[in-house]
Amino acid sequence: MSISEKTSLAQEPALVVDDVVKRFGRGTEIVTAVDHVSFTVRQGEFVSVIGPSGCGKSTLFNIIGGLLSDYEGAVKIGEERISAPHPAVGMVFQEESTFPWRTVIDNVAFPLELQGVAKSERMDRAHHFIDMVGLASFEKAFPSQLSGGMKQRVSIARILVSQPKILLMDEPFAALDEQTRLLLGDKITQIQQELNQTTLLITHNLTEAVQLSDRIVVMTYRPGQVKRIVDINLPRPRTSDVVGSDAFGHYVAEIWNDLREEASRGMADSESAASRRATHG
Amino acid sequence: MAEAFLRRHTPELFGLATLLVCVLGFEALIRGGVVNRYIIPPPSDILLAFERVIVEENILARCRDTAFEMLVAGGASVLVGVPIGVLLYRSALWRRAMEDWIGALAAAPIVLAFPLFLVLFGRSPKTIIVMGFVHGLAPIILKTVEGLASTRPVLINVGRSLKMTQSQMFWKILLPSAMPIIFTGIRLSWTFVLITIVGIEYLINLGGVGQLINELAERYDLPGTYAGICFVILVSVLFFLALERVESWLQPGR
Ligand SMILES: Nc1ncnc2c1ncn2[C@@H]1O[C@H](COP(=O)(O)OP(=O)(O)OP(=O)(O)O)[C@@H](O)[C@H]1O
Ligand SMILES: [Mg+2]
Repeated sequence: MSISEKTSLAQEPALVVDDVVKRFGRGTEIVTAVDHVSFTVRQGEFVSVIGPSGCGKSTLFNIIGGLLSDYEGAVKIGEERISAPHPAVGMVFQEESTFPWRTVIDNVAFPLELQGVAKSERMDRAHHFIDMVGLASFEKAFPSQLSGGMKQRVSIARILVSQPKILLMDEPFAALDEQTRLLLGDKITQIQQELNQTTLLITHNLTEAVQLSDRIVVMTYRPGQVKRIVDINLPRPRTSDVVGSDAFGHYVAEIWNDLREEASRGMADSESAASRRATHG
Repeated sequence: MAEAFLRRHTPELFGLATLLVCVLGFEALIRGGVVNRYIIPPPSDILLAFERVIVEENILARCRDTAFEMLVAGGASVLVGVPIGVLLYRSALWRRAMEDWIGALAAAPIVLAFPLFLVLFGRSPKTIIVMGFVHGLAPIILKTVEGLASTRPVLINVGRSLKMTQSQMFWKILLPSAMPIIFTGIRLSWTFVLITIVGIEYLINLGGVGQLINELAERYDLPGTYAGICFVILVSVLFFLALERVESWLQPGR
């Protein structure tokens, strides 16, 4: 592929989120979880959506993944408006989602099994991606024998093996400690660069977002709107070493400025809800 | 090596030791005259009766008959109960309509309805098998519904995002996820089935170990009666060991 071809491909949005609105409930109990959100993800780009807890990130994730079909606006892949799961999208969920009754390799080979890929080939391909996430020596283990971080890596390998055009991840590292998170982040960056994988990452972790992303969509707390979209001009290939750089610190400080307001609104909200609950017994 | 064996089998050995202590305790109480030996014979007498019931009463063949009835009734309640459970899970209306009735069925003392079954199926192993089957059905149905309904939503979402068909979803996600709870149902069910089968054999004086226990009791052969009961336990242990095998084969990693 020539450089000009690559840049022209890179201009073309792989995913368009256009004025999406999602409300839950009815009458006076209506919660607007996602409020007129728009952004695009280009081919091969790594975009993060960051926002405080409860701002509608998972809701957005489910809409883009086609699991919530009842929404306003449009999520588009090519010309198609998403209202059901799209074969080009692979999802990694916030909650632990490995199959406890399958070994690591059978978990990872699962999507290939569904496609009817022959056993030896699917084992080879599963093996490749298990290697990529660094679990080669655990292929025959069951999820119950793995740590939380290892299980998330299994879920990631399981999606990568089906080679989705767009990888969608909802706080895949939320349950992990900071060190594991940084190292897994390295893995993700490496994989993303190796496969030129178009990725949308949902997160509430600032360093993670800056470490991994080309762009960051900052959300407001309730209703979940786009507050700002920040370009991250850190050099690629990137590793977690970038965390120590001045530029990194600069981005983190800048985005934290935006987020602080939202996060404290979120806190105040939940505190008042708690005291309301307390006074109502 | 002996030490390693000891450490690995500590729970089993502890269980056996507890049993032994109880048996010796009874022996002492009975020999000491605290417990009437015409109600509970001393364990040593029961042990001696084993040879007699095996050689003279041919109890092993009777165990085989009981085991056969158990296999048919227990197997049928799995083969029928699981699909009914699946249907109830699929249809919310059916489920709401039926669940309480099935719960009632599980709790009902079906053994007492034996005259009805005698009329329907005659004094034959068929009656015994059908009654065992009916009694074993409810727990499997209920636990199948419960197991399927407790599948974690995120696993279902994984399936949806992979665009799985309904049947793929059932065979590859719902059923394996429900399996441990379904097996709990099978264990409950088989307990009911065995109680019913031996009970009915005893009541209608037909066939396997139950009938023999009845005969021995009527002859006031108490050690023999208790030895017969030990064989019922043996049959039960065999079934539960087999079930455990099947479960760990179907459910690796749990
Ligand atoms: N199925 C639903 N029914 C009603 N309200 C919902 C539903 N799902 C989400 N909400 C509401 O929508 C809002 C956004 O929820 P969402 O799960 O998208 O937040 P989030 O940003 O992913 O939070 P977190 O970071 O804690 O995962 C919340 O106020 C939540 O109560
Ligand atoms: Mg969420």
